Amino acid sequence: MKRSMNIMSLRGAAKRRRSNPLLSGRLPRAMALAMTLVLLASCAPVDLNAPLPTHDTGIDPSIWVRIPAGEFYFGQHEDIEFTDAYEIMTTDVTVDQYASFLNVALANDYVKIDSDQIVGFYPGDEFHGIKHEEEIKAGDWIFIPLNDPSQRVKFDGEKFVAQAGYENHPMTMVTWFGAWGYCGYYDERLPTEIEWEKAARGTDERPFPWGDEILRENANFYSSRDPFEDMSSFGSRTSPVGFYNGQKYGDYQTLDSASPYGLYDMSGNVWQWTGSVYEGMHYRFLRGGSKDTYDMDLRIWVRNNATPTYVSPGAGFRCAR
Amino acid sequence: MQFVKDRFKYLFNSTKGLILVAIAMVGIVTAIWGMLSGPMAELGVREVVIKTLGMDIVQSEREGRIIILYHSIAMAIIAIETYMITSLLKMKPFFKTAINAIITVGYIVTMIFGMGFAYFGHNWAFHGLYIFGLSLIFFAGVMLIIALWPWNREYHVTDKDYAHTKSGLDLERTAFFATAVTTVISALFGAVPGSYYGHGFETFLAENIIRYPEKTVMEYSVIGHLHIMLALIGIMITLIVGRWLNFKGILHKIAMPLMILGTIVLNLGVWGVVTPLEPVAHMIIYVGATPSMLAALFLLIWDWNKLIKDGTAHLKKPNFLQKFGALVRDPLKFGPTWQMLFMNFTTSGIGIFMAIKLDEIFRVWPAREERIELTGHWHALSAIIATIILMYYGDMLGLKGKIRQLYGWSIIVLSDIALAAVTIFEMKRLFISEAEQQPLVNGLMYAIDFGLGMLLTLLAVVMVWRLIDLFKPKGRWTEEVNHELAQEVMK
Repeated sequence: MKRSMNIMSLRGAAKRRRSNPLLSGRLPRAMALAMTLVLLASCAPVDLNAPLPTHDTGIDPSIWVRIPAGEFYFGQHEDIEFTDAYEIMTTDVTVDQYASFLNVALANDYVKIDSDQIVGFYPGDEFHGIKHEEEIKAGDWIFIPLNDPSQRVKFDGEKFVAQAGYENHPMTMVTWFGAWGYCGYYDERLPTEIEWEKAARGTDERPFPWGDEILRENANFYSSRDPFEDMSSFGSRTSPVGFYNGQKYGDYQTLDSASPYGLYDMSGNVWQWTGSVYEGMHYRFLRGGSKDTYDMDLRIWVRNNATPTYVSPGAGFRCAR
Repeated sequence: MQFVKDRFKYLFNSTKGLILVAIAMVGIVTAIWGMLSGPMAELGVREVVIKTLGMDIVQSEREGRIIILYHSIAMAIIAIETYMITSLLKMKPFFKTAINAIITVGYIVTMIFGMGFAYFGHNWAFHGLYIFGLSLIFFAGVMLIIALWPWNREYHVTDKDYAHTKSGLDLERTAFFATAVTTVISALFGAVPGSYYGHGFETFLAENIIRYPEKTVMEYSVIGHLHIMLALIGIMITLIVGRWLNFKGILHKIAMPLMILGTIVLNLGVWGVVTPLEPVAHMIIYVGATPSMLAALFLLIWDWNKLIKDGTAHLKKPNFLQKFGALVRDPLKFGPTWQMLFMNFTTSGIGIFMAIKLDEIFRVWPAREERIELTGHWHALSAIIATIILMYYGDMLGLKGKIRQLYGWSIIVLSDIALAAVTIFEMKRLFISEAEQQPLVNGLMYAIDFGLGMLLTLLAVVMVWRLIDLFKPKGRWTEEVNHELAQEVMK
């Protein structure tokens, strides 16, 4: 009798286990399977040359705007700063512009090819021996790598050309030296941080070039659902310079997101190298956030910095004079 | 009326009730405010939450909001640890009642008015009340120091199993005391810059200025403050776990002096950041952290050894598998020390690796990448401390059988999946380029969201269960109302 009761209770327990997905192990197995699938999907290769929509934004990247002399609110805490008058490019330097520069600069020995990279001369920085500071000596420094699969400037052995579809996108995969060298070649320079911020902000206290709030249609940032991104595969990609100008591209309506002085892409798309060099630091500062950052990094005062040899598919520049 | 009175007495006058309220408060804040960033923001949930709750979000005030948010959560965690200490350690009843009452009012006022100020318009009266709440917590800390005073003969020990001096000074109590004293002093390193707010001190997040060679004394003070407060919360939970598990024996005698030494030296190093000692402060911090971590290691060795011994006592010659089975038989007893070991993977290991390879690797990356490592590893440490508290809470609840297994293992597995993914996310640049990272980032985000989301769901289930229980006349709460944690320390 007792034995039969034990068998009954065992059968009951087995039945309960079968009916309970947790106890039967079905749920943990399903979870393990799901995790394995996720891990496998995580290892999927990325097609860096996936088809790219092409759009003419109507914004001419060769146009400059004049920023008047005067005071403005600088930084998150709105300190009053002053700049003299200067001019700055309406958009980031494009891939096409940089390829053209390389062609003339190579012909004039301003840059040279050193194995798989373009290098150019930089006169060096004053070294102070501060902790973590690295010496930037006079000499040839990398402008751009040529062999990186993310490089959109292609070299066929004779000529530099922009990769098809990327002609009007911002030049990326360029070091600070490469940005400095481009501007310097045309007797221009990189904007200082203060100049960059004034050009983005104007004279009021706005956090974004276009105003107080950010919407997905204002700028190219991480997961902003623009026509160039696919977060399930290659992620975020650059957009043509001046893309967010209020135009409608197919079904995609942008908002006019120019700064008070008419500059485009001062928030998002690519970080922009600035020209300020600070005592005791070899780092160079980048501004504006990028296609790879959340909207909080698109606020005008946000600073990023990197070694001057850093290259990224999310970092470009524009010049001032 | 009696119905409300009884429940109020349980929730605000008993140790387990107070802990339940604080966990619920942290759970609610974490669940709601967790939807304002990361993947939830990407999915558009943030906008819905902001609109639904009528939040007033100003872009330039993000840093200030975040500071108030994590102070609000941290104060509830400090309150939970304090409740545990006042219930585990001997002290005069007056002190226990006063400390618990003051810190409860303190953290609730801090949380409600702090969050009210930060996220729902700027009513400066709310800001004043937020500061008042923090002040009450500081005052409760001072009272805790007095209550813990280890040189009081009443608290001397003679039991040879526990670390004590020849005169009977209880070294474990002294370790609690040292941690409480240094916590109160270290709080000032945040309070002093805070008092200069708008008059030479402006809001900033430490991770954003990490590379600047020149920092003001106020900035150093805040950087020191945030590092040491989290470390002290970690040290305190280690001591609490040791008391809960009844840590004793030779390893206890070695560990407690190390814990006292480590805590004091670690603090001296951090305080030194705002003095001319700044250039060597990091070295002092490393020196201080070593004995503290060794003490935690001794607790782990003792705990695992005890679990194995207790679990195989009925076997003559247990083999490896039987020993392993005994070790992991009770997730709520194994889990806290396992999480401490796991912390070395997510926090200490990352921190040491970063320190060794800083200029060679991490400072070559852009500052935003370094920020991910910095914020990631202290978020991971905070989460690990939270999981240890939840495991202790599960034991307090008296969970048994399959529910205990399910609760304990869910906390361990879910949090470890999420935190392992966070760690890989932090270090991804070591093995994948920016251009090729998206599928990996997606996979890691799924793992993080799954782990943390399920963990919060589990917590929500427990909270709902406890809420339902409160409506029962003879619910579990009636048994807990007079329980003290000291009565439940493992034999």
